[in-house]
Amino acid sequence: MEKLQFQLVGDKAPAAFIPILVGVVGSGNLEVMIEPLADSPTCRVDVITSAQGFAPIWRAVMQDFQERHGLAGIAISINDMGATPAVVSLRLDQAAAALHGLTKDNA
Amino acid sequence: MNAPDGRWNQQAQSRTRRVARAVAALGHGLEGKHVASEDTTKLLTAVLEPGDRVCLEGNNQKQADFLARALTQLDPSQVHDLHMVQSVLALPEHLDLFENGIASKLDFSFSGPQSARLAKMVAAGQIQIGAIHTYLELFARYFVDLTPRVSLVCAQSADAQGNLYTGANTEDTPAIVEATAFKSGIVIVQVNEMVEHLPRVDIPGDWVDFVILAPKPNLIEPLFTRDPAQISEIQVLMAMMAIKGIYAEYGVQRLNHGIGFDTAAIELLLPTYAESLGLKGKICKHWALNPHPALIPAIEAGWVESVHSFGSELGMENYIKQRSDVFFTGADGSMRSNRAMCQAAGHYACDMFIGSTLQIDLNGHSSTATQGRIAGFGGAPNMGADARGRRHATPAWLKAGAQAREGRSGVHAMPRGQKLVVQIVETFREHMQPAFVEKLDAWALAEQAKMEIPPVMIYGDDVTHILTEEGIANLLLCRGDEEREQAIRGVAGFTPVGLARDKRMVENLRDRGVIQRAEDIGIDKRDATRSLLAARTMRDLVRASGGLYNPPKRFRNW
Amino acid sequence: MNRSFAESTARERVAHLLDAKSFIEILGPGERVVSPHLALLGVPSSFDDGVVIGHGTLNGQLVFIAAQEGEFMGGGVGEVHGAKLVGLFKRALRDKPAAVIVLAESGGVRLHEANAGLIAVSEVMRALLDARAQGIPVIMLIGGANGCFGGMGLIARCADHVVMSDLGRLAMSGPEVIESSHGVEEYDSRDRALVWRTTGGKHRYLIGDCDQLVEDDVDAFRHAAIGLLGQSMSLSLLALEAEHDLLSDRLTRFGECRDALDVWRLLGVPDPSIVADLEASEMFVLKSLASGESV
Repeated sequence: MEKLQFQLVGDKAPAAFIPILVGVVGSGNLEVMIEPLADSPTCRVDVITSAQGFAPIWRAVMQDFQERHGLAGIAISINDMGATPAVVSLRLDQAAAALHGLTKDNA
Repeated sequence: MNAPDGRWNQQAQSRTRRVARAVAALGHGLEGKHVASEDTTKLLTAVLEPGDRVCLEGNNQKQADFLARALTQLDPSQVHDLHMVQSVLALPEHLDLFENGIASKLDFSFSGPQSARLAKMVAAGQIQIGAIHTYLELFARYFVDLTPRVSLVCAQSADAQGNLYTGANTEDTPAIVEATAFKSGIVIVQVNEMVEHLPRVDIPGDWVDFVILAPKPNLIEPLFTRDPAQISEIQVLMAMMAIKGIYAEYGVQRLNHGIGFDTAAIELLLPTYAESLGLKGKICKHWALNPHPALIPAIEAGWVESVHSFGSELGMENYIKQRSDVFFTGADGSMRSNRAMCQAAGHYACDMFIGSTLQIDLNGHSSTATQGRIAGFGGAPNMGADARGRRHATPAWLKAGAQAREGRSGVHAMPRGQKLVVQIVETFREHMQPAFVEKLDAWALAEQAKMEIPPVMIYGDDVTHILTEEGIANLLLCRGDEEREQAIRGVAGFTPVGLARDKRMVENLRDRGVIQRAEDIGIDKRDATRSLLAARTMRDLVRASGGLYNPPKRFRNW
Repeated sequence: MNRSFAESTARERVAHLLDAKSFIEILGPGERVVSPHLALLGVPSSFDDGVVIGHGTLNGQLVFIAAQEGEFMGGGVGEVHGAKLVGLFKRALRDKPAAVIVLAESGGVRLHEANAGLIAVSEVMRALLDARAQGIPVIMLIGGANGCFGGMGLIARCADHVVMSDLGRLAMSGPEVIESSHGVEEYDSRDRALVWRTTGGKHRYLIGDCDQLVEDDVDAFRHAAIGLLGQSMSLSLLALEAEHDLLSDRLTRFGECRDALDVWRLLGVPDPSIVADLEASEMFVLKSLASGESV
């Protein structure tokens, strides 16, 4: 098991919201939780993964995600059970979409 | 017929001698053409001679398993150094022959289940491989320089005259028997039953010498059944991209799917996703394909006009019988498959092949070779290759050819079509093995197994599109090695190959449409859910078939 | 359109079973009440420890709900997971909902947590029975692909009502366990038709361990649950003794049967071999044949 942390710079900070959860911690799958991180210029990412030695790929996936969404003021927490980057990207996009939907409702 | 000068009918004379030996050895055990199963050893010993070229029906699906076992039990001092020519090494017995000193040389096409053991035995010098072929190539050589002297085949039933019914799993038998029978060879068949009247004649009795009623029905493996429950969201996404980005784009009406969950997802998206795009009638009418259960919903929804098959698929028999407008069936109602003809159809009459692979390099060469295994090729290279002899034009073929030749000069300026050859693969396989590599394992395997050239399944210059979860790379539009390399890197995701991309070049390729992302094709990734599948379980498939499909036990979970 | 119960995640099942947007989660993922054991074993946890609990309305009535996530550790009951279920039942004593509904999908005790898991299972049983003793109906909905086995199977049968889909399974010992204890000749766990004949919804329905059989559809489960709201079954000594009698009669009647097919035949089902291919809705007729004969 490995713990990784990334701090990503972004500019789109959502208004307050209740935590969002997508995915399930099953084999080849992961859960992604997004919570508010008040007044933070960054998007903080904490990953706990069953696989070892893939930090560079996680970093690339997160950077790619950030290029697409540019979020700030949020904390992303991930529990991963060996998902491929394709599945990780998909869950992250699903979580971001849920966040967008949620904060649109709140607006 | 019997020339006094025996110089030019040596083979016919040899055949006469062998048959005479068999008759003598079997005595009353031979009734017409029928040999009792307990006399099989006697028969084989009488008929075979050291060094003979023998074809054993180890097909992709059905197996002459009783004859294979009997062959392994012969006395190697009497029968040795046989040269085996067969499509597939499927059974342990196929390799036991070499271990037991009965056979020494091998020409084949595919060895999936036996690939690791084959590699070991080759390394240990127990087997001398002549060459590894595609199926159609091997059948072709049966008529040129690999004609069998004795063929051991299997059929469903025989009558007293030796006429054979091979039924839905006819597969390779006609090609094998024709080559053997018409070059003074000897044909021995194991059957599941003897009947007075066959449903139809698949192989005429004139071509058959000896018939054995096997103690158990011959083995057939269900290799083309895929449980929809195992299709992932990523595979649904790739299937959506295939349908909208390629099938619709080129108007693919005639096609072959390499077996896999990726293509099963495409089959299950036709009545739903493809329907929503208004594509019915515009794509997927004619198939060179085994009767995939996953195609049932599309057939039921009226997408499919015809399916010709290489072999059958266990559990589909009744469904096929009730859908004779779609499948190739005899007057008796049961299907007739034919691997040789279906391979030819896949090569010449299809606009597109799409299938998965294990590794792709920077030139687009695609290989399923892995170290420590000699798996061979099977049929994929026939389908996954541009049919350069093809002349008849179809919209898809013309469009692909035009894209490949646009702006080019010299010999490439002549207008010509091209077959679409699509490799569909996730960037990472199981255990996070990257599908994209700088150097294929095929090189190392070639060295290990002393092959003349690396065993590439589909050559890069035949691949027209590479489709991953990251998008589609259209190699037809690439000009030069560098563009081709970056186009491949541009869909190689987060693999080392993908991460090493030239970002600016890849963006440029995307602007030109050489690389397309899902959003460029108008697909929202979040729509890629399993609820798009027309059937999500085996039971759904059974229901879709109106109860006609009867899956083998291992696929039932109800 | 049909929404498969089996394919839905625990959260999706809750969201679509209850009245729209009525669900309020207790101890949600944001509170990070996670397993204290798994990290020590190098296994990733889940923020909700594999069970979603909370309350909402069902057809306008207040219900408490718990849904086990079968994909996480096979739905196994760990210390925190079990404590969430216990807490839910205890709060039910205070708030008296029209039912406590448990969407059970579990292999039983989460072996990684060993004794903590075992204790959790027994505490859940006790808390469930306490709720029932106060007249709060407990309804089990079983329809996940992983089935409801082990200690969770025992818990399920402590409830007032069990609703299953024909895809669902309910038993104590899992198929692989039976095979490894008694041999493949006795029980081939890869013979999935056999596994479903032995533990699947249809068999449970015919033999009386399951009260209602529905299709694999969230809406079908919803309607079944609505119909059972407020319906508490007696939890008296008399009821327990009647259950014992029923079980011993069942053993006498079917003890010599080798296969569920034999059981169904004795129950008066005309053609047992076709039962596996029947739809859930077609089972009702067979059940009435069977019920006509049981005590």
